[in-house]
This record gives sequence, C-alpha cells and structure tokens, in this order.
Amino acid sequence: MYGYVLRRLLMTVPVLLGVSVVVFLLMALIPGDPAHAILGPYATPDNVARLKAELGLDRSLPERYAVWLGHLLQGDLGRSYSLNRPVLDEVAERLGPTLLLAGTALVLANLLGLAAGIVAAVRQYGWQDRVLTLLVLAGISTPSFWLGLVLTLWFAVRLPWFPASGMHAPFGPSGAADVLHHLVLPAVTLAVVAAGVIARLTRANMLEVLRQDFVRTARAKGVDERGVVMRHAFRAALVNLVPVIGIQAGFVIGGAVYIETVFQWPGIGRMLVEAISTRDVLLVQGGVLVLSALYVLFNLAADVVQHLLDPRIPT
Amino acid sequence: MSDRTGAWALLARNRLAAGGLAVVALVAGLALAAPLLPLADPNATHLGERLLPPFSPGHLLGTDPLGRDLLARIVWGARVSLAVGAAAALFAAAVGSAAGLVAGYRRGPLDAVVMRGIDVLMAFPYLLLALAIVAVLGPGLTNAMLAIAVVNVPFFARTVRGTTVSIAGRPFVDAARLSGMGPARILLSEVLPGVLPVIVVTLTTTLGWMILETAGLSFLGLGAQPPQADLGAMLGEGRGLIVTAPHVATVPGLVILLLVVGINLLGDGVRDVLDPRLRAGTPGRPGMATAVGPGVGAEPKPPVGPGDAGDVVLAVSGLTTRFSLRGRTARAVDDVGFSVRRGECLGVVGESGCGKSVTALSLLRLVPTPPGEIAAGRVAFDGRDLLGVPLSDLTRLRGGRIAYVFQDPDTTLHPMLPVGRQVAEAVRVHQGAGRQAAATRAVALLGQVEIPEPNLRARSYPHELSGGMRQRVAIAMALANDPDLLVADEPTTALDVTVQAEVLALVDRLRRERGMAVMLITHDFGVVAEVCERVLVMYAGRVVESGPVADVIGRPRHPYTRRLIAAAPRLGQGDRPLAEIPGRPPAADALPAGCAFADRCDMAVPACADPVPEERPTPGRTVRCIRWREVGP
Repeated sequence: MYGYVLRRLLMTVPVLLGVSVVVFLLMALIPGDPAHAILGPYATPDNVARLKAELGLDRSLPERYAVWLGHLLQGDLGRSYSLNRPVLDEVAERLGPTLLLAGTALVLANLLGLAAGIVAAVRQYGWQDRVLTLLVLAGISTPSFWLGLVLTLWFAVRLPWFPASGMHAPFGPSGAADVLHHLVLPAVTLAVVAAGVIARLTRANMLEVLRQDFVRTARAKGVDERGVVMRHAFRAALVNLVPVIGIQAGFVIGGAVYIETVFQWPGIGRMLVEAISTRDVLLVQGGVLVLSALYVLFNLAADVVQHLLDPRIPT
Repeated sequence: MSDRTGAWALLARNRLAAGGLAVVALVAGLALAAPLLPLADPNATHLGERLLPPFSPGHLLGTDPLGRDLLARIVWGARVSLAVGAAAALFAAAVGSAAGLVAGYRRGPLDAVVMRGIDVLMAFPYLLLALAIVAVLGPGLTNAMLAIAVVNVPFFARTVRGTTVSIAGRPFVDAARLSGMGPARILLSEVLPGVLPVIVVTLTTTLGWMILETAGLSFLGLGAQPPQADLGAMLGEGRGLIVTAPHVATVPGLVILLLVVGINLLGDGVRDVLDPRLRAGTPGRPGMATAVGPGVGAEPKPPVGPGDAGDVVLAVSGLTTRFSLRGRTARAVDDVGFSVRRGECLGVVGESGCGKSVTALSLLRLVPTPPGEIAAGRVAFDGRDLLGVPLSDLTRLRGGRIAYVFQDPDTTLHPMLPVGRQVAEAVRVHQGAGRQAAATRAVALLGQVEIPEPNLRARSYPHELSGGMRQRVAIAMALANDPDLLVADEPTTALDVTVQAEVLALVDRLRRERGMAVMLITHDFGVVAEVCERVLVMYAGRVVESGPVADVIGRPRHPYTRRLIAAAPRLGQGDRPLAEIPGRPPAADALPAGCAFADRCDMAVPACADPVPEERPTPGRTVRCIRWREVGP
C-alpha cells in the first residue's frame, strides 16, 4: 500500500508540472508587452530593452520557464502590483477561508447527495424517488450565483437568520460561532450543485449494485434490509463514487468563485475575480496554481481511498 | 432512416424529455424571433420608469434601474446566452472530437501526447482554468465563450477517443484499410458515424453546464460587457438591488434555471435513446422479498410424497411464479408441488430455464420483484406457510433454518469483504453473537468445509480464492446456523469436474452428519444419481415426473426424463454418444395448454395438446404424460 501511495505520488509530479506549464504559457502569451505596459507610452527604447533584460523577457520561453519554475519551487510567486505585496502572502491569507468554505460545502454535498441517492435507489419509482429526482434535476440545473442571491434575499433579508455577507461580524462577538454563522448560507449554496451530481450517480450505482448476485446472497443469509442496503450494496457502490467525489471537489472549488463573490467571502475566488479586473496577472497565476495543486492532491487522496476500499484493484 | 424515426419516437415517448424539448424549443424560439416580436427596445432607457415591479402596465416583468423593459431584455439576453452557450458547445465538440478521433485512430506517441495534455487540462478545477484563460484574453463575451469551450474540450476528447479505439479495432475498419482507403476517409466515413452518438450525448449533457458557466462569467463581469447583456450579466447588474428590487436579478436567473432544466431533461432523453446502457435502472430494483399475489394462501393440495407427514420438513403445493415484463407475462413456475423429508436429499433436474432455480428462490421469496410475482401456492415449512409470514420472520428464516448456496461463486460473495467476515455475518445476524465470537465461529465453519488454514483464509477476499474454495465459503456461510434445509442451486456447475466431485462429497457428508435436508438443483442426472434419494424432473415450469432416484433412473415414465438420463455424461464412459434432445423448450410466455414437451417428443400424439393430468404409477411417484405406460427404460 505504501508503495502504491508513493508510486501514485510520483505520478502526480508530471501532472503538476503540466499544470505549471499551462499556467506559465497562458501568462506568457498575454498579448502586449509588459515592459511597455510598465514604463508607459513615453519610454525610450533603451529603457525598454533594459527592463526586458531585467525581467528576463529577452530570453527564450524554455529559459524563462526554468527560471520561473525555480522561483515557484522556492515559494516565490512574484509580487502583486495592485496590492503591492508578495502574491504568496495574499494567497496564503485567503486560502483558509476558501478551504473552509469549499470543504464544508463538499462535506454537505456528500452527506446530502449520498443520502438522497441511496433513498432514491431503495425507493425506485416510489414517491420519494420522484421527489428526489426532481430536486436533483433542479439542483444540477441551478445557477449557483442566482441561488446565492435568492437565499440571501430569503434567509438574510426577509428572515434575518443569517448574515448576508462576509466572514466575520464587523462589530460584536467574533470567533468560531460567528464564522459558522456566516458560513451557513454560502456553504449550502455551494453544496447544492455538487449534491445533485453526487445524488444522481449514487442512485445509478446503487441500482446497479442492488441487482447483483452478492446482494441476493446477503438477503438469503438473513441480513435485514438496512444491512443489505448499507453494509453490502452501499459498500460496493462507494468504490465507484469516490472518484466522483474527487471530481466534484473541482467543481466546488470553481463554484466557490461565484459564491465568494456573492457573499463577499474573503477567499481566493473573490481575489481572482478582482485580480482579473485589475489585470493583476501574477495574482491570478498564483491563485490558480495553488488551488489547482490542492485539487490534484485531493484527487490523489480520493484515488488512494478507492484503493483502500476495493481489495480487487492491484496496488 | 427508419432507425432515426424510431429514435424520435422513443424520445417523444419519454414524457420528461419531451417536456424538456418543449421548454428548450420555446426559449430558443422566442430568442430567435426576438427581432420580430412586438417587444420594447431592450436598450431604451426611461428614467421616469425606473425599477417598476413585474406586472406593471406596459412592462410585464417590470423594469431595471435605467427603466429598460425587463421582458425585452430577458428575451434578447436569452438570445445572447443561447448563442454563446451553443457556440461554446460546438467549438468544444468540434475540437475535442477531432482530437479524440485522431488520437484514438492513430494511437502511438501522438495519442500519448494528446491524452497527457487532456489529463493536464482536467487536473485544473473546471472553472479556474476558464478564469485563467479570461485573465489572459481579457474580459468579454467572445473570450468567455472561448474559455468555457476550452475547458470542455477534454470531456469530448476522452469519450470520443474511447469509442474510436473500440471502433477502430472492428473488422469493417480493417476491411476499409485493406481496400486502400486513406485514414482521413476512413475516419470520416467509417469511424465517425459510430462515434456520432457519443458526441451527441456528450454535447447534450455538457450544453447545460456551458450555458451556466458562461452566464456565470458574465455575472462576475468577465463576460458580456455593457451595453450588451446576456442573462448572466443581467443577474450581475441586479445583484446590488436584491433587497430593493429583487425581480431585476431573480427573473433572469429563473429563466436560466428553466432553460438548463429543459436542456438537462432533453439530454437525459437523448442519452437514453442513443446509449441504452446508461439508462437508469430499467428492470427495476429487486425488493426485499418477492411480491405475493392475492390468490396465494388458497386451499392447499395434499402434499405429494411419503406418507408420514410428521417427517416432512417442507411441503410445497400449487406454487406458481410469474414474471411480468413489458406487458408480457411468463409463467416460470407453474403449479409445482413437492415435499422434502427431514435429512433427505431431493434432486431437482431440468434444462436451464425450466424453472428449477425460480422454484428454489420462491421458497423464501428471493425472486426479484419486479418482475417476479408469486401468483399462487403454498410453501409449508414445519406447517407454516412461508408465503404468508411477515417480512421479519422471513428474514429470520433466511440463512437460519433454511439456507442457500448459489451457482456461481464468482459473483455470489461480496467482492470487497473478507470471506471470514461474510461467514461471521451469517452468525451475527441470527445468533446476535459478538464480533469476536462470530469471527471464531466463522473460522471453525471454514475448517468444517475443509478449507486449509481457515484462520488465514478467513482474511482473504473472494478474488484471492479459487472457485472451489469460494463455493466452500458459501457452504460454510449456509451452515452457520445449522439449517434444517439447505437449498443448493447448481452449486457445482461453475466448477471444474474434479472440484465438483469434492464439493458434492462435502455437501453429502455434511448432510449425513447434521441430518439436514438438502434440495439439490442441477441439470445433471449424474449428480442426482450420486447423492440424491428422490428426484423431481422439471420441464417448462412444471414437474413432469418425480419419485425415488433409483426407480426413476431404472424406469423413467416420462419421455423427457428418459432423454435427460440418456443425455447425462458419465465418468469413464467418455466415448458413449450423448443423446442430445433436439429442439428447444417453448417460450415461458407462450406455454401450450397441453404437454409442453410434445413438440420435441418422439412419442407425441394429437391428444398431447390437451391438458395432461398428473398420474401416480406407483406410490411415491408422479408423472405427467398420457403415454407413461409405454415409455421404455
């Protein structure tokens, strides 16, 4: 098993390198000349050439990538010109809120999605299945940024149960309870779409598994329905659901961009949107790199969990 | 062509998909017809009519902060959203499919490079890559469209490549290659038609996302720029007014929701038509127990068998199990009666499909419903009718006093649980034993079925054991609670001949040691001859003959039994020609009123078409054949 984890870890290195190449190329391909942009329209050709040399822009792309990667590996993501501080500091500061939001949403999505999928499968074609199928359809078709606004309107404005935005109350009590209170609406909003997808695939997988011979064996040996569904069928279906959960993590991280914007949540998603409008390229680059790397590692973890769950996959 | 009209018909029959199509057609129709509709100018500002609520005169959906008519803006905005979403989808489909086709057809290093590239693109969280692309290209509707298209390319490339690889290996593609067609022509004329359904399915399932995500980018201010507005941008503009004028943001959002629901419904319908494998749960999920029809529990017929009723463990009479699928009803088991004495081994023989397994499964209502239903009969176990007992009692009996061993040990054990735990579970659910005690008992049981090193093997997973070992595990599981009756449904069919003999010997030994009755279902008369005392011969859902094994083999009374005995291979008589029975049994949903074997019988006479009564040639024997007196040995 450890050997497998190690091998799988090694296999993510080229993927991470590929991610870095894509990000580097994207940023290097930005139309326009950064030196001109920095120095303004009245710069002398001499000054432009000097700045280009300073920035390394006079070198070939592979050389520039090597230098850039070297800096990246030392934790140097450059300096944000709009915030006038190191990108790494800004990203690090905003990573916590994003992870809190996305993590909570993912946990919620799993709880809701798995439960709904199991119930819908067990009550296939029953009223519970019909209601859940409708909810799931609505869930996966909902624009989450719109849902966020609607939930704000209902549960923050009309019924003042939750704060409409931010992560901390500006005045009054702070601490974990306050953060949790602020977390409810954005996390629920963010969880809806992922819950829908997970529910859908859980239902399909459960129906598939419930038809298999080993489920009949479980019934024939006197296991009650709860045991048949949970210990036997769900246990087998879960193996196929773990990669789905891994992929949903990517959608949740992406969806956090909308939700952080709607709820003014101080995370990386909102930072990215602001950085794009101020054309702060290094900040965008840093945010995308860090979140993508985390996503890759999360999927690595999902893969390892799948292996732990399924003894048939050779490790 | 008829194929295509068939597909349309299927789609139309799916009411949800038809509803989705109607919604999409409505929105798309309105959007397309926007210039022709009597709508207000979507960009005309009237500062005197700012933020009118919906249903105001002249403005059905109200107005926005600049006094612009929301209905007009929504129709025009939907036009933009649809166009952008469709453009992104077509772009992604074209680029992704081309990459998938070429990579899947050419294989080799090109394939590797393309697929690694796809892997890297998929390593990004979906929306973040789109954001990075917009960051580079700059905000704007075209750039947002491109960004969303690029992040969807991998979905097309992957599925198309997979299908291409499987199609490229088929003979007709080889034939085209040999006939000198160039790769481009082969791809377009031979491979593409096969891949097209996959592309359409991916297109319809991703179109909804693409519309959502482009709207999202516009909402963030990174897509459509004023004065142009798609639905997402309208939502973004209305965001600040969510408290004072919620309709400005909520109504465009509702339209997006409606449109995407329609697209997703349509997509599911298209997928069902084009890719039936993915259809969600068509045959229905088997329930906890077979449904029992209203006619069940009727006056029982006297059980057939040895006279001493106190000795009888199981008495079945009039058992009828039907399968209903797509309006057709098949009688898998038709008026079957038999009994099993304590400690006895009863063989049930017949060809596959004769209803012997369904009979066995019906006893404890293990036939899946839907489609199965027990329509009539009585299953008396120790005098209680199992078809009438509550579910909780049934669960207690299953694996308790009546235990099953199934045919294919490859699929009947849970693939992800150690075998020891599976045996222990049988102990735990019936005896309420603790985890440790059950585990110890499981190891002992594994030892009793002659599994070497049972304490080690208990920790193995099914796939780590041989077929014979797996079947021994299944037997151990069945023995866990000292059942009075073991129902073994073709327990040795999937095994090698030598392993077969060992497993049969094991079952026989355990039966004698424990005094447990065995109902052994098999298609092999040789097996019956070896271990059974009495035998039941089934054909087309009915018992055609029954009696003591030696009697039946020595003097079969039914032509089918005679042929079946002749067809049984015997060890050491390899060169004896096996007398195969020509023809096939009738379909279970088209059984004749008379003898079902008549079509294949060399003794058939016109009277065989009439219902055949059950005859009792000698005590303890039954036969259903009007010419039983003439059947030779």
